[in-house]
Amino acid sequence: MTDNSDLTELTLAQARNGLHSKDFTARELTQSYLSAMDDADELNCFISKTPDQAYDMADEADARLIKGEGRPLEGVPLGVKDLFCTQGVLTSAGSHILDGFAPRYESTVTQHLWRDGAVMLGKLNMDEFAMGSSNENSYYGPVINPWRRSGDMAKLVPGGSSGGSAAAVAARLVAAATGTDTGGSIRQPAALTGIVGMKPTWGRCSRWGIVAFASSLDQAGPLTRSVRDAAILLTSMAGHDPMDSTSIDSPVPDFERAMTGEMRGLRVGIPKEYRVDGMSDEIDSYWRQGMDWCRAAGAEIVDISLPHTHYALPAYYIVAPAEASSNLARYDGVRYGLRVDGEDITDMYERTRAEGFGDEVKRRVLMGTYVLSAGYYDAYYLKAQKVRTLIANDFAQAFDRIDLILTPTVPDAAFGLGEKSEDPISMYLNDVFTVPVNLAGLPGLSLPVGLNAQGLPLGLQLIGKALDEETLFRAGGVLEEAAGFTTVPQRWWGDV
Amino acid sequence: MSTKHPHDSGHKLIAGATGDWEVVIGLEVHAQVTSQAKLFSGASTRYGAEQNTQVSFVDAAMPGMLPVINSYCVEQAVRTGLGLKAKINTMSKFDRKNYFYPDLPQGYQISQFKYPIVGEGEVLVDLADGETVKVRIERLHLEQDAGKSIHDLHPNMSYVDLNRSGIALMEIVSMPDMRSSLEAAAYVRKLRAIVRYLGTCDGNMEQGSMRADVNVSVRRPGDPLGTRCEIKNVNSIRFISQAIEYEARRQIDIIEEGGVIKQQTRLFDSKTSTTHAMRSKEEAHDYRYFPDPDLLPLELDQAWIDAIKDSLPELPDEKKARFISDYGLSAYDAGVLVAEKDRAAFFEKVATGRDSKLASNWVTGEFFGALNKAGLSIAKTPISANQLGKLIDLISDKTVSGRIAKQVFEIMFESGGDPAQIIEENGLKQVTDLSAIESVIDKIIDAHPDKAEQVKEKPKMMGWFVGQVMQQTGGKANPQAVNQILKEKLGLN
Repeated sequence: MTDNSDLTELTLAQARNGLHSKDFTARELTQSYLSAMDDADELNCFISKTPDQAYDMADEADARLIKGEGRPLEGVPLGVKDLFCTQGVLTSAGSHILDGFAPRYESTVTQHLWRDGAVMLGKLNMDEFAMGSSNENSYYGPVINPWRRSGDMAKLVPGGSSGGSAAAVAARLVAAATGTDTGGSIRQPAALTGIVGMKPTWGRCSRWGIVAFASSLDQAGPLTRSVRDAAILLTSMAGHDPMDSTSIDSPVPDFERAMTGEMRGLRVGIPKEYRVDGMSDEIDSYWRQGMDWCRAAGAEIVDISLPHTHYALPAYYIVAPAEASSNLARYDGVRYGLRVDGEDITDMYERTRAEGFGDEVKRRVLMGTYVLSAGYYDAYYLKAQKVRTLIANDFAQAFDRIDLILTPTVPDAAFGLGEKSEDPISMYLNDVFTVPVNLAGLPGLSLPVGLNAQGLPLGLQLIGKALDEETLFRAGGVLEEAAGFTTVPQRWWGDV
Repeated sequence: MSTKHPHDSGHKLIAGATGDWEVVIGLEVHAQVTSQAKLFSGASTRYGAEQNTQVSFVDAAMPGMLPVINSYCVEQAVRTGLGLKAKINTMSKFDRKNYFYPDLPQGYQISQFKYPIVGEGEVLVDLADGETVKVRIERLHLEQDAGKSIHDLHPNMSYVDLNRSGIALMEIVSMPDMRSSLEAAAYVRKLRAIVRYLGTCDGNMEQGSMRADVNVSVRRPGDPLGTRCEIKNVNSIRFISQAIEYEARRQIDIIEEGGVIKQQTRLFDSKTSTTHAMRSKEEAHDYRYFPDPDLLPLELDQAWIDAIKDSLPELPDEKKARFISDYGLSAYDAGVLVAEKDRAAFFEKVATGRDSKLASNWVTGEFFGALNKAGLSIAKTPISANQLGKLIDLISDKTVSGRIAKQVFEIMFESGGDPAQIIEENGLKQVTDLSAIESVIDKIIDAHPDKAEQVKEKPKMMGWFVGQVMQQTGGKANPQAVNQILKEKLGLN
């Protein structure tokens, strides 16, 4: 391969194979990505670029590849959501309050990636503290979706909170990226940018070293260009970690091997409650199409009911802010990050947090503080926890007679910058299909299935049993093949 | 042993201008768990290290750090619970107690709110008058300690030392079962003895290993409980007593002057021995407790609990009972001996194979007295149990008299050494050779025929002769033999 720009067109699996067969070097591949990144500053995907580190890691990868000692991700260039602590590299969580914070430790998930030979290209933009569905809540400015409506120059959001990760993967600026998903933050941006996003079972990936938003919901996962890539990346990311007490001590399968290309004997549940008002006809039609693809691959379609779905979003917007209000208390200006001096300690706290946090973060800290307050705890937090149990029970009962669930990922395609940012509720509704999965701690995978009339990608979501990511990769591979979605955003940025 | 019912009144009443008052006291004791590592991190707990040298990323609440429970601390809490004869909860949960303070890096303390690891138990408290009071334990839970703010290093800044941040504490909450400062002090002493016996807390209050929040209210005997005030963080037994004395009097004065007690958190000032208001109930923090989502519920295996139970050492109450029955000690002497584990162990070493009453008298009398006078702990004793035992042997076999033994003891305490050798070197061996004593007595009678006559009329004068014999034998003559021979020679039989 002589034209190195073509290297960025390769999926992670193709790049891995090409590296192993020495079609090109890790340095060449890394160089291609670094130059694509520099050419895409308009998309604002990166908070930090780490070219020096990338070349060092690529050279080490090449040395190993020459010796035939390549590891599973040897030489594969990745982007890392800026929520993962990376040693010696600014880790901002998209927030002003973490100004200058370069951790002295590396998150478990990224440690796993480097252990397996991956190359770090940089840290990806995101909604501040992973709070948002449009990536407009970043202190470092919004990320722009590489997709645009046909014949329309209007800038669209990439979704969020892993908006930088999704946009960078869609725009071919990284081979794949890590993200985190608390209420849909991997799957929703994946759907809005035409890529694959996987949120594994809560506890599958260690949360150690990931800046916490809502601990009982947060989970790391991959954003990739194909289901196979997601399987490969998750295999490396996952694994028990004694440093995270909620990490599940269960062996990690080689997820790629789960992709058998058929769905024979699988029973696929279609929850009637997911047919919501305001869902586009196009989404509905792709959903039906998805059912047909499942049948064609040997699966059976089963109508199911998840009766408490309606309560998921309100429950989520109590539980997540409650945990966040406590998790974010440590950003007080005392030990790291931003400090705005004040008259006394309380004044210093107030000034630091007033300046350091953006509006959405403040909104959620306020909500969370309120719902945990004496006299309100039972009415809000406790009730939300009960709803959460009911939602988990809904899924558990459904899974008695089915193997997985098929739903849309998001009610509609990507929307314009600023279109929903004044209306938090309509923004929150973007997560209506993804949030119940987090509340129940289940794995969910979003994959692109086609374009709407405006030329924007749409996604379907597969929901699996706890620790049964394998069935999602198996079914996801089939749907991906059937959908044959190969469209990439037409490049309008940089040196066109 | 008489056990007073916790709600008996009329025990220790305080006289007021309008009649008698009863003070009601409950204590929340914070006891630092004896453990090499902190409750949720591997950082060291060593006391006295340079500031901020024992701080892990978890203790400093760096972003993305997660707590991992230290199972040894859990074991220590269970052991303590068993020592308090309390119910061990096989399921407990950790909650976050949210508040802002510079020495609380996470912005919350991980504690146990709704589901503590240990439930109800009891402590039997021995009072100086021989009475025993039962104090019920409401609960014991595990929690993290905070760091330390240092305010005197800079004119307008404070510094923070996080060495303590994350150290495991047991909060031991009593029922309001104490009725005087004496009872409260005795309760803390007993609690301290129990945790020291168990090895679950070193009980060193001066190092902050144990401190108490003291809840005090007053009422007329027989009335329902009054409004209480909580005195925070009192760090010595003496201060606990003083705080209670002051606080009870303050509350009585307010009520007798027609006032009403407001529920308050107060602080004790050790310089003035008074308490002053810190914040009212209305100003109390809303801690917004909720289950810590970073930690799963703590589930304990009953067999594991049973194994800890089987490994418990003998505790003060059992040891006291055994000292009474095995060594024939009085309840008082036994109580004094078992109050501290190493004292009890010292006594047992001395008493084993010897006259236990003699051993008890020597240990609790001369020995403890000398230690107290020298301000020494038993760990620093200049006389070993073996040496003291040998001295007692020399009394029993009449090598020395009790009086001479006290001289030997003093020499041993001052400069150490083997008692037999000290006796030998100083020629303190008791003269039991009757002919030697006889010849001394004969000489004295010969020299003082007038006194030998007078003594027949006034037998009390024999004391003068004894004194003379002792003087001339350097106190080494066996006193019984001296008495016996004198009586014979002076014809006093």
